Amino acid sequence: MLKRVFTLALATLVLAGCGKKNAATPSSHGKTAPQTARQVLNLGNGAEPQDIDPQAITGEPDIKVAGALFEGLASEDPKDLHPVPGLAKSWDISADGTVYTFHLRENARWSNGDPITVDDYLGSYQRMLTPSFAAEYAYMLYDYIQGAREFYDGKTTDFATVGVKALGPYTLQVTLKHSTPYLLKIIASHCAWTPVPVKVLARHGALTRKSTPWTRPENIVSSGPFILKEWRPGQRIVVVRNPNYWDASAVKLDEIHFHPIDHQSTEEKMFRTGQLDITLELPQGKIDTYRKEYPASLQTNELLTIYFYTFNVTRPPLNDKRVRRALALAIDRESLVKNVTRGGQRPAYALNFGGIAGYSPAAHLSGTLAEAKRLLAEAGYPDGKNCPVIELLYNTSENHRAIAEAVQAMWRKNLGVEIRLVNQEWKVFLDMVHTKNFSMARYSWGADYVDPHAFLEIWPSDSGNNNTNWANPEFDSLLKQALAARTEQERFGIYQKMDAILVDELPAIPIYYYTRPRAVNQKVKGFYPTPLDHHPYKYIYLEN
Amino acid sequence: MIRFIVRRLLETIPVLLIILTATFFMIRFVPGGPFTAEKAVTPEVLRNLEKTYHLDQPLWRQYTHYLGDVLRGDLGPSFKYPNRTVNEIIADKLPVSLELGLLSLIVALGIGLPLGVFAAVKRNSWIDYVCSSVAMLGICVPTFVLGPLLVLFFAIHLGWFNASGWYGPLDRVLPSLTLGCVYAAYIARLTRGGMLEVLSQDYVRTARAKGASGFRVIWRHALRGGLLPVVSFLGPAIAGILTGSFVIETIFQVPGLGREFVNSAFNRDYTLVLGTVILYAALIIALNFAVDVAQVWLNPKLKFE
Repeated sequence: MLKRVFTLALATLVLAGCGKKNAATPSSHGKTAPQTARQVLNLGNGAEPQDIDPQAITGEPDIKVAGALFEGLASEDPKDLHPVPGLAKSWDISADGTVYTFHLRENARWSNGDPITVDDYLGSYQRMLTPSFAAEYAYMLYDYIQGAREFYDGKTTDFATVGVKALGPYTLQVTLKHSTPYLLKIIASHCAWTPVPVKVLARHGALTRKSTPWTRPENIVSSGPFILKEWRPGQRIVVVRNPNYWDASAVKLDEIHFHPIDHQSTEEKMFRTGQLDITLELPQGKIDTYRKEYPASLQTNELLTIYFYTFNVTRPPLNDKRVRRALALAIDRESLVKNVTRGGQRPAYALNFGGIAGYSPAAHLSGTLAEAKRLLAEAGYPDGKNCPVIELLYNTSENHRAIAEAVQAMWRKNLGVEIRLVNQEWKVFLDMVHTKNFSMARYSWGADYVDPHAFLEIWPSDSGNNNTNWANPEFDSLLKQALAARTEQERFGIYQKMDAILVDELPAIPIYYYTRPRAVNQKVKGFYPTPLDHHPYKYIYLEN
Repeated sequence: MIRFIVRRLLETIPVLLIILTATFFMIRFVPGGPFTAEKAVTPEVLRNLEKTYHLDQPLWRQYTHYLGDVLRGDLGPSFKYPNRTVNEIIADKLPVSLELGLLSLIVALGIGLPLGVFAAVKRNSWIDYVCSSVAMLGICVPTFVLGPLLVLFFAIHLGWFNASGWYGPLDRVLPSLTLGCVYAAYIARLTRGGMLEVLSQDYVRTARAKGASGFRVIWRHALRGGLLPVVSFLGPAIAGILTGSFVIETIFQVPGLGREFVNSAFNRDYTLVLGTVILYAALIIALNFAVDVAQVWLNPKLKFE
């Protein structure tokens, strides 16, 4: 019988051998990739990208990879992301700001050598607006382009009625519903406007639906500085230099390896063993160590993202703006960022971002604790007496809990107001917020483009992202006026009024602006902290 | 024996059907859907997305469609990864999880069996205490502690391995060791228990009386009976190794199915949740079945009927 035991053991071993053979383990990497003269950048990229089709993606990891593979009409400056010519060498804007004429580069080619012509743009925009393709970011086109909404809603099937036109093989004209002064910033930073190779997509049936294999390494054709060489899900994505890129001589890196890593601590360890040159983020507990011991490797990137507590303004006592204001004034933000979040965050006193594209909101939260107490008393809750317990909802996370507990203690001590902390798993949390099934919730908002408009477009009454039940007709009308403004000065003047309304009404309490502290190998050059954490890869190189 | 196998196979069908049905409805009743995102998609876009993935149809029709697809061997497209199907994801990642599982099993048996045998043979000596303490330690230290400790020492301090990744043979060492150690501890304790019971049996005394050497008594006579508890433990253990590899896969960045299994539920990737649940359910049923067969084969006292 003992023989039988061994037979079993042997069978296990043989199976183990089979397992090894079957497993996808080509091109043994072993220790750290050799990096002699070749410029190979290893990047931590967060979660596994969902896809890299620029018109189908929504997540940050996807956008980071797609940014290496595709380019739009305009691209981003490496330091502050302002729009610079990309696949279009120049553009003209009509006097009323509603007609954009883009002059495309005649030397721009897809990675398979085909020229990138105006037909690719028209086909791409038609695809983006095709209902069956169901692009999450379709509104990035139909909110702006004339006639696009009618096409998307199926009121017409004639794409010629949509405000995009070819004025020649290398001239594209876009007619907008209203002047959109920040349109170029969207085009430069948002991939919804990025063209895709329509002839290649047609071969894979990808023009009208998702779930096609056109973005796999063997099929994909792209327009950016790099092309996809390898995509091993859960392991790494390798992109290599695209010889057909119009500005190929400016590209310095030979390869970029994107490593999908879910855990910050795993990422940090990979940085220490030399497997990564740049991490996506550092675990909170490591920031102080890096600050003290490896300050040259620590890069803190302030993001255009705000952390706030949003209210359901129909639920008492939060339906009273005096209560909202009292709560907002009774948070010691300086202490919060210094003692709790500890990642170099900046306290936020307005719902817009201070210093975005030359704009800073003049109105900001200011007031003393005494004022907070007075407001609360006026609302009928002197020293918090009779004030119902308010529920604060947040998605399950150590960081959010720590912040919530600190705020809970501040409100208890400063105002005598009690709150109850409720945490929920991410999607349950989102569902509760979107269906307005909450009193107060932790939330955040990140800009998609570098303009103050990005922080104001969430608050109009018809916005799908305004989860507060707060509606202000004056605010709504100002937003429309801003879109029609002729000059930047006029537009920013309107934004100041809108920000003043927000600070006065407080549909949400601003808390802080996000930062992204990360480890960056000192040999990496041309990698700057940018407001959207985009890093145009063609400017990055390694110094040996 | 054939009757036994056929009966067990037939029993599997309703079990799988119940698991599939329960999972199908449970995941759909959980708040939040595959397209629930921080930046809400507009109602028109959501309508089109739901139409694309047939989520606008009545639930019973979605269920019957899915059932039909499963019977044809098609687990559907992934909601989260639109350019991949669930079949492809499983085909890509299951082999990795299997490899990790089998290597861990070898580690577990390689460490656990000798520890358990030594502890039993040298009962109540310092060797026993050391072996038992090591085993107890292994049970108490969770993988998410042991893994990072091994990385700190062997990858960062000594520089022998990568901190994580799954590229070359060396990358297999730390994950397999971490996952294997926990099971080694259980196996050591079970082996010790099993061996102690067997060592006090009459036939072992008889073997000793006949002048068999100590080694021969253990190797030829005692081990066969002493291993039975381990064999019955292996079924659930292998299932546990396969389904429980989530933590290891996350710590070591192993592209296995464990991560997909857990993350698909967080992502509300309905088809991927169902695909992985069905697969794991089938695997667990198959493993338990294999253990039953192995036990009968090893233990002459048992019969298939």
